[in-house]
Amino acid sequence: MKRIFKPGLLIPVAIIVVLAIWPLLSGNSASSREAMFTLIMSMALASSLNIILGYTGYVSFGHIVFFGIGGYAGFWAITELGWHILPAALLGGFMAALIAWLLGLAVLRLRGAYFALATIGILEAMKALVINLDFLGGPVGLEMHFSEYKRYGGPMESLWMVYWSMVFLAILVTVVSYYIKTSKFGLGLMAIREDEDAAEVMGVITPRAKTWAYVLSAVFPGIIGVLFFFKNGNIEPGDAFRLHFSIEWIVMIMLGGAGTVLGPVLGGGIYQWLRKTLLTSPIFKDYQLVVAGVMLLVIVLFVPTGIIGWLRARSAKLRRVFE
Amino acid sequence: MGNVLFTSAIDGLLIGVIYGLAAMGLTLIFGVMDVINLAHGPLIALGMFGVYLLFTFLGLNPFLAVAIVAGLGLILGVIIYFIAVNRVIDAPPLSSLLSTFSVNMIIIGVGTAMLSTSSYNVDYSLGTMNLGFFKAPGARIAASLVALLTTALLYLFLYRTRPGKYIRAVANNRISAELMGIPSTRILALAFGIGVMLATVAGGLIATILPINILAGGSYELKSFVIVVLGGLGNPLGALLGGLILGLIEGIVPVFMKTTWVPVIEYVLFVLILLVRPQGILGAKE
Amino acid sequence: MSRKWILPLILVLALTLVLAACSGQKATEAPKAEQPAAATEAPKEEAPAAKEKTVVIGFTASQTGKYNVSSTRQTTGLQMWMDDVNKAGGVKLSDGTVIKFKAVSYDDESNKDRVQELYTKLATDDKADFLISPYSSGLTAAAAVIAEQYGIPMITTGAASDATYQQGYTVVYQAYTPASRYLTGAIDLLMNLDPNAKKIAFVYENSKFATGVNEAAKAYAEKNGFDVVLFEGYDPDTKDFNAIINKIEAAEPDAILGGGHFQDGSTFARQLYEKGAKVKFISLLVAPPEPTFAELGDAAVGVTGPSQWEPAAKYSPEAAKAAGLEWFGPTGEEFTKAYKAAHDGEDPSYHVAGGYAAGLILQKAIETADSVDKEAVLKALDATDMMIFFGHIKFDTSAENHGLQIGHDMILIQWQEKGGQLVKEVVWPEAGATAEPIYPIR
Repeated sequence: MKRIFKPGLLIPVAIIVVLAIWPLLSGNSASSREAMFTLIMSMALASSLNIILGYTGYVSFGHIVFFGIGGYAGFWAITELGWHILPAALLGGFMAALIAWLLGLAVLRLRGAYFALATIGILEAMKALVINLDFLGGPVGLEMHFSEYKRYGGPMESLWMVYWSMVFLAILVTVVSYYIKTSKFGLGLMAIREDEDAAEVMGVITPRAKTWAYVLSAVFPGIIGVLFFFKNGNIEPGDAFRLHFSIEWIVMIMLGGAGTVLGPVLGGGIYQWLRKTLLTSPIFKDYQLVVAGVMLLVIVLFVPTGIIGWLRARSAKLRRVFE
Repeated sequence: MGNVLFTSAIDGLLIGVIYGLAAMGLTLIFGVMDVINLAHGPLIALGMFGVYLLFTFLGLNPFLAVAIVAGLGLILGVIIYFIAVNRVIDAPPLSSLLSTFSVNMIIIGVGTAMLSTSSYNVDYSLGTMNLGFFKAPGARIAASLVALLTTALLYLFLYRTRPGKYIRAVANNRISAELMGIPSTRILALAFGIGVMLATVAGGLIATILPINILAGGSYELKSFVIVVLGGLGNPLGALLGGLILGLIEGIVPVFMKTTWVPVIEYVLFVLILLVRPQGILGAKE
Repeated sequence: MSRKWILPLILVLALTLVLAACSGQKATEAPKAEQPAAATEAPKEEAPAAKEKTVVIGFTASQTGKYNVSSTRQTTGLQMWMDDVNKAGGVKLSDGTVIKFKAVSYDDESNKDRVQELYTKLATDDKADFLISPYSSGLTAAAAVIAEQYGIPMITTGAASDATYQQGYTVVYQAYTPASRYLTGAIDLLMNLDPNAKKIAFVYENSKFATGVNEAAKAYAEKNGFDVVLFEGYDPDTKDFNAIINKIEAAEPDAILGGGHFQDGSTFARQLYEKGAKVKFISLLVAPPEPTFAELGDAAVGVTGPSQWEPAAKYSPEAAKAAGLEWFGPTGEEFTKAYKAAHDGEDPSYHVAGGYAAGLILQKAIETADSVDKEAVLKALDATDMMIFFGHIKFDTSAENHGLQIGHDMILIQWQEKGGQLVKEVVWPEAGATAEPIYPIR
């Protein structure tokens, strides 16, 4: 129980909590709620991906496939079966986990670039498949009637409900991420990252460990997908399986520091805040993509361990505080 | 039915050669330095616009323009290598994936701001070739021939010239190549340059037969991934074969089922080959 | 210089960039606005001397990404309307208040990630009084949720999909003819031209919009006794249509209908021609009405396409009188002339006209309501039944289809060769035709 009070966990959770209640403190709550939603969603997504990418060292490039699978499963349950959002979200997470488990058995045998390519292939295959499935609306996707929100007390209440669920999820992901990092299981994952063959020799049952890491990193994007598309009111293959968004998660992790608990939280927040600032700024509006590209390049070339990694390397004191 | 099948197969092979050429650049770079160049798509798009601009504003023959674009592509590739790749050449794969992806963002960003995402056409025609049983635009046949010629030249270069042999030596084992006195950094830069050159040439050839826009490279990049895996990562000749296979799939599958199933088949095949035979059909790099 | 120095330097640089971006943000948030004031400082109820009130119109535009071209056109049209109204002294209400308009917009990057965030920002931070939709049905569907939530009237343009108006929204109004009526005109024309035509092939882009259009058109064709010999979607990224063309040739249809957006439609038309395919009648979505379609040269000849509006469209105050409708706003000639003057003689496409029309619809509703009160404007929108240069505007007010456009009709254009020049002619409906349709085309 003592582990709860470690700064390694407290700092990221505190960051999320402070951001989460910001809409209540600032005057214009709806607008800041939407801004914070994007930020906190990115933090949760980046933290989930970090479990397989940062700890285990497997570059899951098309990780958004789980966001899409979960989103479709949950959205379908809501619109076609009339489910409540809560079981629907759980269904989304379950489907994502199930498919990650099945896929993991096969593709986690691949290493390095081969694994990265395979995840892109899986993403594109899944997207093409969904386009051909009529019960999921094919290329048109599914739409939700506006009156659905009435079930939760009206649209405004629904949005707040989705928002708080997202905050809860983000904290949950962080806690899970922290526990993995400080557990024996996590140690096994990091051994795999450093040298998979050596890890095997040292007694890590690598296939099992990798599959679990993959499943854990897929559950949360699945649930988040349901929340996101419920909030949007519709779902389309192009939005649910957008490779570019997936790559952005990796950028967030790199920015904050891969393989750390705090890194993805910080990276997700900073990345989305920067993008928004650039997007709405008149100077960089046309060149926001270029500016983002240059910054990414600078980080990869000169600060490859991300903000947290850099800080940890500078000072032994910080090393004790940041996980 | 038999006729449709035949026509579709030839159509598929014609475009497949160009797919193969586009993928060759990606596979060469991977084979030599284990870098997956995520700027591949935008570089193809740059090749397209190079030819478009030379043709539209200078009135050059598009195939001559392709040659100029090839030279510019080589220089651009070397520059990109020294800016974005050299520093992360020995880092884990994630670093080079992201550094080349940032080049992707920069090219797309500048391109969108300057050209918008509108579609452009190289208004060039060599008439329609009619063999009675088979009809195809002349430009398409010419483009495929140029793609084949480029492949042949690449092979001559890799196997008959000293820099080409150096590249193969570095691909095989960089450390021993260095011990033998081969300037590995310069050779890596050259290999990257040639990879980018191939991408821009493929883009240029595509521009002569299909409409282009700044985002168009993205779909060829995805196709290139599939092709590269089909033919074996790092094997340029394999890329040609992979391109032909992909072209055939795209040509023939729609005869039997809905066109929308083509990508499903392509990508499932892609993942299956990675799992069952990751070295590809012709085997990975030597 | 050691590595130690490089890192802080970069961080400082990055920070400066960000700060520059932030500080620049406020001053020029609405660069094209008449008043230099930032959104939140817009003169509202105060300033009784001038009795002027600035109404904020919010929307997102796709400045980057795949919708960039059409979206930019739409924004240009809206901006033209705004400049026209403001220059003419704004809208005068009976109590003496003068209403001026001001636009606040952000880039949605052609994707849905931020649409809701930006529309919420428009609704709350920027205090938008009225909203205009983004371009495309998909983005509009996401924005509609926010508009409905805050009860802010939203005029949609560039968003034709029917489904959005069947989700129970009460504040969303469509300027375009809905997708279900896009291609029915082409089928009517075909029946008129050739009673023997029986076989139709549908080849369409696998997108929300095109699929909706083609499914509705297929049902209409079958109802009218046609035999649908091919009904096939293709990936939006498709560059090479040869496989599909081979399939079409094998099916030997009398007419080819379909398409999707500009890129794929123009590629499809070009390859059909290059391949020497025998085509009697072809009608494609979105691409043919675009002025740049003429760049295809011979491949464009004979291609027809449904258009929301054309410079040659015959909507005039006289036509309005004949139909017993009220006329509002500038005439088509005035609009076309003004656009051409500002854009090097380029013809306005229907996306521009749609943007302008969205503004006109809003302006008319404000004038009718004699107020900018949202409830009153909504009531006025419900009652709208008028003709503008864009065509007849009337909305469905039933609970199931609220806001769906039921007045406006599509026209069908065809590219024809006149004296070595490609000209876009209106060929359907017959009443508005400017030329005889060519049939069969080759």
